[in-house]
Amino acid sequence: MIERSRETLVNAVLAGLLLAAPLVATLLDEPFYVSLASRVAILALAGVGLNLALGYGGMVSFGHAAFFGLGGYVAGIAAFHAFEGSAFLSWPVTIGGSDQLLVVWLVAALVTALAALAIGAISLRTSGVYFIMITLAFAQMIYYLAISIPAYGGEDGLAIYLRNQLPLADSSDPLVFFFLCYGLLLLALFLSARIVAAPFGMALQCARMNEVRLATSGIAPYPIKLTAFVISAVITGIAGALFADLNGFVGPSMLSWHRSGEIMIFVILGGVGRLFGPLAGAALFILLESFIGGFTDRWQLLLGAVLLGVVLFARGGVMGLLAGRARHD
Amino acid sequence: MTEPLLELQGLSKAFGAVKACDGVDLTLLPGEIHALIGPNGAGKSTLIAQVAGWLKPDAGAVHLLGEDVSHLSVAARANRGLGRSFQVSSLAGEFSALGNVLLALQGRDHGAFRFWSPLRKDTRLRAEAVAILERVGLAERATVQVSTLSHGERRLLEIALALALRPKVLLLDEPMAGLGPEGTRQLTEFLQPLKNEAAILLVEHDMDAVFALADRISVLVYGKVIASGPVEDIRRSAAVREAYLGDS
Ligand SMILES: Nc1ncnc2c1ncn2[C@@H]1O[C@H](COP(=O)(O)OP(=O)(O)OP(=O)(O)O)[C@@H](O)[C@H]1O
Ligand SMILES: [Mg+2]
Repeated sequence: MIERSRETLVNAVLAGLLLAAPLVATLLDEPFYVSLASRVAILALAGVGLNLALGYGGMVSFGHAAFFGLGGYVAGIAAFHAFEGSAFLSWPVTIGGSDQLLVVWLVAALVTALAALAIGAISLRTSGVYFIMITLAFAQMIYYLAISIPAYGGEDGLAIYLRNQLPLADSSDPLVFFFLCYGLLLLALFLSARIVAAPFGMALQCARMNEVRLATSGIAPYPIKLTAFVISAVITGIAGALFADLNGFVGPSMLSWHRSGEIMIFVILGGVGRLFGPLAGAALFILLESFIGGFTDRWQLLLGAVLLGVVLFARGGVMGLLAGRARHD
Repeated sequence: MTEPLLELQGLSKAFGAVKACDGVDLTLLPGEIHALIGPNGAGKSTLIAQVAGWLKPDAGAVHLLGEDVSHLSVAARANRGLGRSFQVSSLAGEFSALGNVLLALQGRDHGAFRFWSPLRKDTRLRAEAVAILERVGLAERATVQVSTLSHGERRLLEIALALALRPKVLLLDEPMAGLGPEGTRQLTEFLQPLKNEAAILLVEHDMDAVFALADRISVLVYGKVIASGPVEDIRRSAAVREAYLGDS
């Protein structure tokens, strides 16, 4: 019980700090730090998605950049066609672009869900290192697909000239956009918490610990894992859509395996299977990148050392250090 | 004649040149404990794995409650009332005993596609889970993480989990393994009346337990049933003595 409330406190502090940072930055008239905070929120959101598959479900996906990038390309392509006034598809039905965030998110969710259903259905027939490799392979396929479509920029990517919009708020305002990202992050965390404690999440965790036990309890593991994989991908896909809108740009780098590795680093650094782990991990990553990275290009060396330390000495990651061991009763 | 709850017809399984299961016919009748004995490597666990659905037989069929379940998954067979325990305990180690039982109850009642309400706060299931743990004497250890339970406690939890399914048929693969004399005696006492709830196919090396519990015994050697019948017949059979019980 003590452990539990300590973790709640740490979670609240993390969420509070992320909220305070851009507010202070706005007061100090430092818009760069507002967008940095948005970046943390978005990458944390991508990590929250992966955490569901990797942390709770034990599915070590090395291909989540596929979903992150697909979400990004949905935002980019929608904005591109809306800007041009051209159609994405003109036969058999006409589908135009859109500059509406709500539409973009909905489509991003649908597209990533479909992609994850197909990728997951095949990948989940394997396990262990084969699962890692096959998810990587699928992500690489989508990466090369993106490069080979010149209409959407090919290797150069696609600029989003006007950030996609919301009905009531002005999304081009950095602080408003931060609130959007932050709100979606909190929503994803809340939904994750519900899912993890619900029968579905218990079954998912059981699948990680012991699939034999799950099946013997009358619950088929495959549908549970596939569903979790899809939900996980959708969350990461929405993060990708936000990322593209934040940067005003989407390119193949969003789909690259470096990106998959980065999202995985957020989860591992923060604490695998800890609700707020991805936020802690993404925040630490961005802090290292932007502050140490400002002094020296070798910040990755430090990141490597930190990661090594976490894997060797603090399996619970940052959350493990701050809030103690994870507990199930 | 009463319908068997479980019926195996010509079940066969080979691993390369090893015939681990060789045309096994076997029935389990309501209210009985049918013991399956045989030397190490005879194919007992392989047989159980085929009945539970982990291994696909090369030939033969499994009928559960009159239905051919040969092509059903492990989970589907469990949902039809097939409970089992493993020769080596197989549990969700990071959950508590209670968590393990709750999940089994949830699987039995509703399946796991529920995304909103916390399973641990389901008071009805919780009460039933506690009652089941009480039955096997684990109530006091309900909230302890399973990986810290003793070997004996894990064996008992396995049985509790099988019971949570409200099974019609129980497959127990060496439930007494490693329990020691006192644990074996207690578990024997526990299993005796259980056969009225679920017919039991019992794989066991402890012959005292087998003779005390079984209504019928089948003897498996090199994947073949070499003898099957009431306890006394098997005890007297010369072939069985030679193949399995030693010279005594
Ligand atoms: N997955 C497998 N692959 C290859 N051979 C196997 C496999 N599983 C079992 N065997 C072989 O099949 C035979 C039967 O094994 P099984 O585990 O069913 O025996 P058992 O009667 O349960 O023995 P024990 O009393 O030691 O538990 C053995 O020769 C074993 O080596
Ligand atoms: Mg065995």
